[in-house]
Amino acid sequence: MLLQLPAVGVLLFWMVVPLGLAVYFSLVRYSLLNPDLRGFAGFENYQYLWEDPSFLPAVINTIVLVGSVLAVTVGGGTAMAVLFERRFPGRNVAVLLAIAPFFVMPTVSALVWKNMILHPVYGVAARALSLVGLAPIDWLGGCPMLSLIMIVSWEWLPFAFLVLYTSLKSLDPEQREAARIDGAGGAQVFLHVILPHLRRAIGVVVLVETIFLLSIFAEIYTTTSGGPGHSTTNLAFLVYSLGLLQFDVGIGSAGGILAVILANIVAFFLVRMLATSLKQGA
Amino acid sequence: MQAPDRPSALPAGGAPAKGAVRLRGLAKTYPGERGHAPTVAVKGVDLEIEPGEFMVLVGPSGCGKSTTLRMVAGLEEPSAGSIEIGGRDVVGLEPKERGIAMVFQNYALYPHMSVFNNLAFGLKLAKRKSEEIRETVTRTAGVLGLEAVLHRKPNALSGGQRQRVALGRAIVRDPAVFLFDEPLSNLDAKMRVQMRAEISQLHARLRSTMIYVTHDQVEAMTMGDRICVMNEGAIMQVADPLTLYREPANVFVAGFIGSPPMNLVSGTIQGRAAALHFVGGQGPEPLDIPLEGTLAEIARGHQGRPAVLGIRPEHLVLTPAGACHLLPPMTVELAEPTGAESILYLRGAWGGLSARIAGDRLHKTGDNVSLHLPLDRIHLFDAETGLAIGRTSAGRAPD
Repeated sequence: MLLQLPAVGVLLFWMVVPLGLAVYFSLVRYSLLNPDLRGFAGFENYQYLWEDPSFLPAVINTIVLVGSVLAVTVGGGTAMAVLFERRFPGRNVAVLLAIAPFFVMPTVSALVWKNMILHPVYGVAARALSLVGLAPIDWLGGCPMLSLIMIVSWEWLPFAFLVLYTSLKSLDPEQREAARIDGAGGAQVFLHVILPHLRRAIGVVVLVETIFLLSIFAEIYTTTSGGPGHSTTNLAFLVYSLGLLQFDVGIGSAGGILAVILANIVAFFLVRMLATSLKQGA
Repeated sequence: MQAPDRPSALPAGGAPAKGAVRLRGLAKTYPGERGHAPTVAVKGVDLEIEPGEFMVLVGPSGCGKSTTLRMVAGLEEPSAGSIEIGGRDVVGLEPKERGIAMVFQNYALYPHMSVFNNLAFGLKLAKRKSEEIRETVTRTAGVLGLEAVLHRKPNALSGGQRQRVALGRAIVRDPAVFLFDEPLSNLDAKMRVQMRAEISQLHARLRSTMIYVTHDQVEAMTMGDRICVMNEGAIMQVADPLTLYREPANVFVAGFIGSPPMNLVSGTIQGRAAALHFVGGQGPEPLDIPLEGTLAEIARGHQGRPAVLGIRPEHLVLTPAGACHLLPPMTVELAEPTGAESILYLRGAWGGLSARIAGDRLHKTGDNVSLHLPLDRIHLFDAETGLAIGRTSAGRAPD
């Protein structure tokens, strides 16, 4: 007990001080453009935030981004895991290549996508479209959210794939054979044996990805800077833009506190869901 | 277990050919990966299994018995040969179309389904009516004593119960042929004996053909109508348990069946003073055993050739009865008293032996023992081919 105290103390300090400061700043008037305006503001900052025309779009964008990326990575990851589980020559190399995007840092991958793939003039996508006689698309200008979802999914698909692939490898092959003898075809084996086996791993992927996807920032900053308009502004980027572009630390802190609350609500449900499924599996 | 209350697996009236299994030239070769030579798992197995027969495939690990079973099940594609089940060639058919059911070593239950759903899964896939499914599952669960746990998940069951669910899942399919792949190897010794009896009872009641793979010779001997001993992908001998024990066709079967295994001594057959002798063992004073009666007749053609003499540990005696040959005194290296009998591992100047003798005397390591070898219990094998030359114990009435 006593020996754990330093570790617990450091963790507490680490967490409580920034959180406390954020709560404090969210309750005072603190604009760098208007340093004379000081004092306790109550929930004024929260009210301003709520009335900010970019707040609701940011919440919706966050949900759309997280939801879409989760759907793409879990669906795609499962499909890839099933695909890569079949034996074929060079499978180990292929697995390594499939995982590779995960090791690219977000800023780099965003820049690669922005300048080398999605760019309407130099991009590979534009070249591919023109090869089949179609006009190039200005991805980041025309469909910024879709582009962003593509970039982030590309980054997180390897993670989902890796977790699900490993889980699939731990499936007792006899179970699949038993299902085949019971008369199950490929689709039924997938539905009744593979998918239930992957359920826990999918839970882990959803939990971990959600926590990271809620705070996506670098990709937005390097590609669209939250625009055009508010179309790719999520909560994390909104907090940044309020605090460091509009220099209103108070409102920015209020946004940060809301994001913390939101993340905690999500984490609470996910952890509970995961815990029950772990208990069932034990 | 309860009295049978289910329709017979045999078709009414006509010949029960439904469960006949015939393997012809069945072979399986796995292609070598990355420059390795291809692995031959099964090389040309011919085997006929009668309808309703309990056939045990037994052999050391890697002998191809499981691969053979998996080819019958349709889980492996044979490289060559044919498989007929009930007179129908099933090579290329899906497992579900073969009229078989399989019980796996690790039970292979569906962990997320209740026991009821585990049993019902195959029937549901076959699109049976839910009423019929409920009735079949309940009846099978009743036979296996699983009614109380139908709603439980497999991980809440004991090993024996899981094995029963796996059995039940096979039974509800009402197959012509049951396939067992070492189903008892994950159970503890006591449970294994109990499940062994239950499977035998199940066979007696259903009268379906059963093919049972095991590496445990006790399971093979106690359960099989006939036993197929395999080694290195080939069949060594197919016979009923007693024939296998009394008349092993070759050195491998002689050494595999029986515990401790048959003593095998290498040597030559020599003719001296109008009689044949087996001379074997190492050292300046070799073992010299006279061959008598029919065995001497049979061995005459092998005179001067290398041979292997076999004698079962349980046939060596301390006090002679009938025609016996007194072996030179040997030292006890290890004594294993089990109560009713003791197993002695002995060493003499010419080599070593194991003997199973009555347990009324306690032997200690270092004791000197003189054993008698009954001349009418000898097996002789050709040292080059490994095949049996003959035996004096053949055809003897059981003691």
